[in-house]
Amino acid sequence: MSTSNELTGFLRSDGRKGIRNIVAVAYLVECAHHVAREIVTDFRGREVHLIGFPGCFPNDYAQNMMERLCTHPNVGAVLLLSLGCESFNKYSLSRCIEDSGRPVKTLTIQANGGTLSTIREGSDWVSQQLDVLAKAERVPMGIDELIIGTICGGSDGTSGLTGNPAAGRAFDQLVQAGAACIFEETGELIGCEEIMAERAVTPELGDELRAAVAKAASYYATLGYGSFAPGNADGGLSSIEEKSMGAYAKSGSSRIAGIIKPGDIPPRGGLYLMDVVPDGEVRFGFPNISDNAEIVELIASGCHATFFVTGRGSVSGSAISPVIKICANPDTYRKLAEDMDVNAGSILEGEATLEAVAADIMRVLAATVRGEQTASEKLGHREFILTYKSFEPIGPACLPSVVSAW
Amino acid sequence: MSNDQLHPVQTPGAETGTDRRLLLLSDKDNVLVACRQIEAQESVTIEGQAVLMSTTLLLGHKVARRGIEPGEKIMKYGAPIGSATQQITAGEPVHVHNMKSDYTRTHTIDKSAVRVAR
Repeated sequence: MSTSNELTGFLRSDGRKGIRNIVAVAYLVECAHHVAREIVTDFRGREVHLIGFPGCFPNDYAQNMMERLCTHPNVGAVLLLSLGCESFNKYSLSRCIEDSGRPVKTLTIQANGGTLSTIREGSDWVSQQLDVLAKAERVPMGIDELIIGTICGGSDGTSGLTGNPAAGRAFDQLVQAGAACIFEETGELIGCEEIMAERAVTPELGDELRAAVAKAASYYATLGYGSFAPGNADGGLSSIEEKSMGAYAKSGSSRIAGIIKPGDIPPRGGLYLMDVVPDGEVRFGFPNISDNAEIVELIASGCHATFFVTGRGSVSGSAISPVIKICANPDTYRKLAEDMDVNAGSILEGEATLEAVAADIMRVLAATVRGEQTASEKLGHREFILTYKSFEPIGPACLPSVVSAW
Repeated sequence: MSNDQLHPVQTPGAETGTDRRLLLLSDKDNVLVACRQIEAQESVTIEGQAVLMSTTLLLGHKVARRGIEPGEKIMKYGAPIGSATQQITAGEPVHVHNMKSDYTRTHTIDKSAVRVAR
C-alpha cells in the first residue's frame, strides 16, 4: 500500500519512471505543424502535448533531441506527423520509440489524403491511447530516481537574492537524497567560472567547466550580444556577470559531478552542468533563443520537472515535464500570483527565510511528482521550441564518476 | 566558495549604520542592493553618512556603498560584475549608465519610439 506522502510514477521498460503519462503529438517539419496542432486541440485539458521540429533540413542534434523527448519517462505514447518530403528521419525516430516499448504511429499527410483525413485519423489514435494510458497504475518511486532541472528567466535584481539561492538549497537537499540535478546556460555563468571550477569533483572536470564557460563567452562575443534581455536591465541587473552571479546561485553548494550536453542522461545522482552552447564555429544563431529552448533541453536529458526562477514574471510552462515557478520578486508575485507556485519574494519582506522557501519548493515538487498540477499546467501552458544546433560528444573528463567506475 | 558565503542575505542596518532597505551582500562589495523601493529625494543613511537619493531606486537596483573611481571593478556578491565607466559617488545609483560588463555588451531597448500620451 502506498502512503499519501510516497512519491509515485509510471514504470517504463528502460527502468526509468515518469511522473506524467502523456501522449506526445510531434510534427517533423513546420509543414505538418497545423495538422498536429489541430489534433492536440481536440484534447484540450487532457495530457496530449504538442512538440516538434520545424526545419526541413537534417540536423543530428534535433534528431537526437526528438528521440530523447519521445522516449522521456513522462511520455506514454507518440503520434508522429510527417508531411512526407522533409529530411527528418521519421523511420529511425519511430523505431527508437517502438524499441522503448511505447505505442507509436506515423501519419504522413501526403499519403493520407491531406489535412482533414489526417486530423481525423490522428485524433482517433490519440483517443485510443488515452483510454489505454488511463488504466496505467503508478508505482512507488524514490527521490533518487528523480532528475530535476533548474533555469531562470525574466531575471531581475531580486532573482539572485531570493529565488535562485532558495532553488539552490532545494537542489542541495535533492542531491543529498540521491537525485540528479541539472543547472545550465553556460552563457549565464560568465564571470563565475573560477568559483564554479573549485566545486568540481576532479581538477580535470574543473578545467572542462572553465572551458565550457569560455566557449560560451566566445560564442556570445561573436554574436555581439550576451544572454541578457532588456527586462533584466529594467529589473536592476547591469551586466551579464551580475546576472550570472545570481543565476549561479541556483546550483546550490554541492560538488559538481559532471558536465553533460543536451540529451545526455545523467548517469547517476549528483549535480551536473548542462553545456548548452554549440561546439565548433558559430552556426545557426543564438544557442537558446528563449527560455523554453533551455527547458526542452533539460527535459531531453531526462528532467521530470524544472524549477523556473523568475523576477520580472515569466508565465511559461512546458510540454512533457511540469515547470515549477518560483517568483523571486514580491511585487511580481502580487501581480502574477496565479502563474506562480512558490513565493520567494516574501524573503525580502522579512516574512520567510531561504530555508523556508526551499522547504516550500520541496513540498511543491513532491506534490507535482505525485500528480498534482503546477500553476502553469493548470493554466494549460505547453510551450515547446526546438531549433538547429551542433554538438560534439562530451570528453572523458566531463563525467569523472563514470570513468572511475570503468 | 559555497553559496552560503555568496548569498548571506544579511540583515542590514544597525552595526554598519546603513538604511535597512539596502542590503550588503558581501563585505567585499562596493554596492548595496535595494530590498524595497526608495523614493527620489529621500535621505538614506549609508555607513553612517546621510545621502539624498537623486532618483527613485527600484527594488533590486544598486547604489554605491562608497565612492568608486572610473575603471574600478563593481563588486557584488563578493565578485566583480563589471567596471565603472565614470566617477560614482556614495549613494549614487549604479547601473548601465555608469558601469559596463567586462565580457559582453549589455543590450537594452531603444525606447525613443515610445509615444508619450498627450
